[in-house]
Amino acid sequence: MDLLISIIITLFFLLLAFTTGTLIEKAHFNKLKKMEIALIKKPVVTYGTKHYPITRKIKKIELVHGESVIAGDYFKYYVASLKNIFGGRLTTLESIMDRARRQAIVRMKEQAKDANLIVNVRIESAMLNHVDMKNSIPKCAVFAYGTAITYE
Amino acid sequence: MILTTIESIPGMRVKAHRGLVSGSTVRAKNVVLDFGASMKNFIGGELGSYTNLLAEAREEAIMRMISQANKLKANAIVNVRLATSSITAGAAEVYAYGTAVEVEAIER
Repeated sequence: MDLLISIIITLFFLLLAFTTGTLIEKAHFNKLKKMEIALIKKPVVTYGTKHYPITRKIKKIELVHGESVIAGDYFKYYVASLKNIFGGRLTTLESIMDRARRQAIVRMKEQAKDANLIVNVRIESAMLNHVDMKNSIPKCAVFAYGTAITYE
Repeated sequence: MILTTIESIPGMRVKAHRGLVSGSTVRAKNVVLDFGASMKNFIGGELGSYTNLLAEAREEAIMRMISQANKLKANAIVNVRLATSSITAGAAEVYAYGTAVEVEAIER
């Protein structure tokens, strides 16, 4: 009887987390898509190039950055821990990393809205919580930064 | 102070190198926000308080780097990099480093 109750409780929490997690993720992906489309033309972003042909007079050079911390939900971690036994792609966690990176890049671009280009963008990530063994839930923290150049 | 992630500053010439400058900070949020974040971790979504924490930490690390560069009488920092690490749960370390240089504008 106790076992049955605990299974039911776990299933309930999994279902709850699955519903909220999926809804939040869908909304976030839609929002990201809109923001990325709005920022697709300007500024131009280069990820590896350090030398971009600059022909016009430069008004301002500054460091721009964006950051985001995204948490997954209970369902995602549960599925990931099950999949961890057999190995392979942990698709549920991949989507979290993807969201965090894209959000950080969008924030950086928004900060440099008036700039013409952002050169040499770097993306840096950290797990905020991975040392705590009892509660080893990865909260994916991502930084994106680059040099914004504005023409006169 | 001009900060760039590239080796030079477009439109300017490097006059003198002043060496490596760096700044680091470890920051944490309070218990209430940590609890809220762990709740959010159950349902999913963005952890706004931790995003703020990272932003504050980054700001402070860069400020410390800039004050070090000011002491060396540099007017720009090139090749700035930001590195992060997690020391304990709920805390973030941000380390900013770069090369302090003295630059002057190129006459055209």
